[in-house]
Amino acid sequence: MIGFSWMSCSTEEPLAVYDVNAYLKIDNRGGVTIFSPNPEIGQNVKTSMPLIVAEELDVDWDRVTVEQAPLNTEKYNRQLAGGSQSIRQGWDSLRTAGATAKMMLVTAAANRWGVSPNQLKTEKGVITNTANGETLTYGDVASEAVDVPIPSDVTLKSPDDFTLIGNRIKNVDGEEIVTGKPLFGIDFKREGMVHAMIIHPPAFGMSLKSYDDSEARSMPGVQDIFTINTSIDEPQWSDVNAFNELLVITGDSTWEVMKAKRAINVEWEATGELENTSGHNNKLAEAVNNGSGEIARQDGNPDSVANSAATIVERTYTAPFIAHNTLEPMNFFADVKENSAELIGPIQTPEQLRASASQLLGISEDNIRVDMTRMGGGFGRRLYGNFGLEAAAISQQIGAPVRLLYTREDDMTQGTYRPAYAIKYKASLDEDGNMLSFQARGTGMSESPLFANRFPAGTVDHYSSENIPVQTNISTGAWRAPRSNFTAGAEQAFIDEVAEAAGKDPIDFRLELFERAMSNPVGSDNDYDPARYAGVLKLVREKSSWDTETPGVYRGVSAYYCHNSYVAQVVDLEMVNDQPRIKKVWCAVDCGIVVNLEGALNQVEGGAIDGLGHALYSELTFEDGAPNASNFDNYRLIRTNEAPLDIETHFVQSQIHPTGLGEPGLPPVIGAYANALYKATGQRYYNQPFLMREEQVETIG
Amino acid sequence: MPAYTLSINGEEREVDVTNDTPLLWVLREHLNLPGTKFGCGISQCGACTVHVDGRPIRSCSYPVSSVGDSEVTTIEGLSENGDHPVQQAWLEHDVPQCGYCQAGQIMSAAALLKSNPNPTDADIDSAMNGNLCRCGTYIRIKRAIKTAAQNA
Repeated sequence: MIGFSWMSCSTEEPLAVYDVNAYLKIDNRGGVTIFSPNPEIGQNVKTSMPLIVAEELDVDWDRVTVEQAPLNTEKYNRQLAGGSQSIRQGWDSLRTAGATAKMMLVTAAANRWGVSPNQLKTEKGVITNTANGETLTYGDVASEAVDVPIPSDVTLKSPDDFTLIGNRIKNVDGEEIVTGKPLFGIDFKREGMVHAMIIHPPAFGMSLKSYDDSEARSMPGVQDIFTINTSIDEPQWSDVNAFNELLVITGDSTWEVMKAKRAINVEWEATGELENTSGHNNKLAEAVNNGSGEIARQDGNPDSVANSAATIVERTYTAPFIAHNTLEPMNFFADVKENSAELIGPIQTPEQLRASASQLLGISEDNIRVDMTRMGGGFGRRLYGNFGLEAAAISQQIGAPVRLLYTREDDMTQGTYRPAYAIKYKASLDEDGNMLSFQARGTGMSESPLFANRFPAGTVDHYSSENIPVQTNISTGAWRAPRSNFTAGAEQAFIDEVAEAAGKDPIDFRLELFERAMSNPVGSDNDYDPARYAGVLKLVREKSSWDTETPGVYRGVSAYYCHNSYVAQVVDLEMVNDQPRIKKVWCAVDCGIVVNLEGALNQVEGGAIDGLGHALYSELTFEDGAPNASNFDNYRLIRTNEAPLDIETHFVQSQIHPTGLGEPGLPPVIGAYANALYKATGQRYYNQPFLMREEQVETIG
Repeated sequence: MPAYTLSINGEEREVDVTNDTPLLWVLREHLNLPGTKFGCGISQCGACTVHVDGRPIRSCSYPVSSVGDSEVTTIEGLSENGDHPVQQAWLEHDVPQCGYCQAGQIMSAAALLKSNPNPTDADIDSAMNGNLCRCGTYIRIKRAIKTAAQNA
């Protein structure tokens, strides 16, 4: 028993709460608390992960209260929000936690009745003796269940018996969100908390030289102005950060600190190259056209086959750097004492933050507590916890609890962007429109976006995939559906052109390729299931009535696999006053079992809008190392009047264990849009953001 | 430092802040009303939307000295029990993903429906275009506004 409360009505027994296992507590009145282990960034795991536990526990969802678990690597696995892996990698342990608890409750009931557990059945938190119809609730036997030896082997439900999974379950934080309750990192506060902001260099390649804070120091509410350095000896992958030496302002309130920040005169010096977008484009063009890199995969002899082919299609696609722009700017609370620390806030990688903070602070990981708040968006930005380290360094310096907050400008110009990318594709066809060869050369700053073993690898005898990365001092990192967020749009627009050159319907053309990969695959390392790929294409063809033309509606199709899930999309455009308007997006998704249909639909819709928004409108360019945008007045994000009028999503019925949905809905829609826009305008679109470039001629290649 | 007496969610509240302090920070840090969110600081994202005498304003760019005798309503005061038709419609359509922009979206939508109980799609676009949703819940927001219009 871990809790005991006298706050109950006088007629009832006092509330007693029993700690059944790491994932759940049950009280003597049948109330269940389920801990959600992973960080919630809007991908809905705080609802869907506990739902899986509740399913196996066989409890009424209305009796479940969900709490965010703190970081605890002894109790939980992989407390990380990234790669759309929370559900996929949590599936077994969540189910087992629920099923184990259920078995302990059933055993406790069987012991009390003196009968075999085999004759008991459970439903919605009630245990029934099938021999005589007697019942006990989970609450009735919770105190005895915690003393039952933990079973080593439990039976999990057949998906046919699921009663919660697959339904439309509302967001567990919904009521608190719509009433403005404090849920987010920025809302966290504590008595005596100091407010802090940072100033980072205005350009990549610059460092702090000197500063004059005489005016700022005398401003009301200002406590201190100093520098910190968050460099650590052994940075991890999550420590991507261009600016470790920072100027810090602390004070009594956010507004007073913000004003003081503007009153500091800082002198910066160039300590590295100050890069420009024109230079980036030249380097990417040089790499993709003439560079030589790593051939990640080659099948057959694509060069020689292409030389003698009837038709060659060769095209280059580009995309700029983009920022994550979570609507809640980076922030973190830290309370660092001499031998311990408490770090609380929005972080996708709490375990990694704790390890890096331990290095920075010189405090053992055992003495650092990390709590995750609900996050106002993640999109990959909060994988990189430099802001948490900064808060920790500030708290250690001033010896007080502190909340660091970035302004929007700090946030947008700090880095860790989606890399700028380019891919050059070349495909050859025979006289009957059969694809003979397919080649891809990918570059990016600082990574190539290609996946060598994914489609169309395996569908064509002669194939190559080459990576020619280019270096930059602009910091980059994972951005929702890393690499795929560009590659899908490029590849699927290119395949559309190849299908057109072959004189084939774009869905038929793709299905022919998958047929080949199913019947006689090329190579053995192919990282996708062609049957599931073809399955979503067939489903979207049926649901969108692809084979029926509607006057005034221009359509494009796309299919893509990433993060273990398959998505095909059709975009319907109409022209209104000569401008394209997205009438509808049709989505067909195979993510195995759909855990929470409501959340799943929302993720696919949001992914499509996010993908469209960035491919159509968003970019970050650089001049002398400085980003040319710093807030939403000059960095364009999709707004409600530009969003699709409708999105209709269908899931493949499946009993395959579930895979992720936070990312897979985003990438393919970009290709579907480009292909629809070609139908509407007669022009192919090669360079993102599509609607911000007057010239859509090939700028590279 | 001038002291201000503000009418917030039907209550008189006193604050002691400089006259240029944005209403956003007065609400969040001086009056313990953190439901109103900081997103951009320049009236471009709408996360900080509150009502001043029923009209939607961006509190990040609205100095406390401009409030005067006006009645300020925040997400915490939109309804007593969280049951304003817009809030109910938001729950019915399970609108939020991360949820961060939604208080601002709800305040903009509530102000729209107050002045225009049966908005057209174009009316909704024009009233809601100042509210960014980084997660892309725009379609659900529109559906929820239509539901709220029917139920109001």
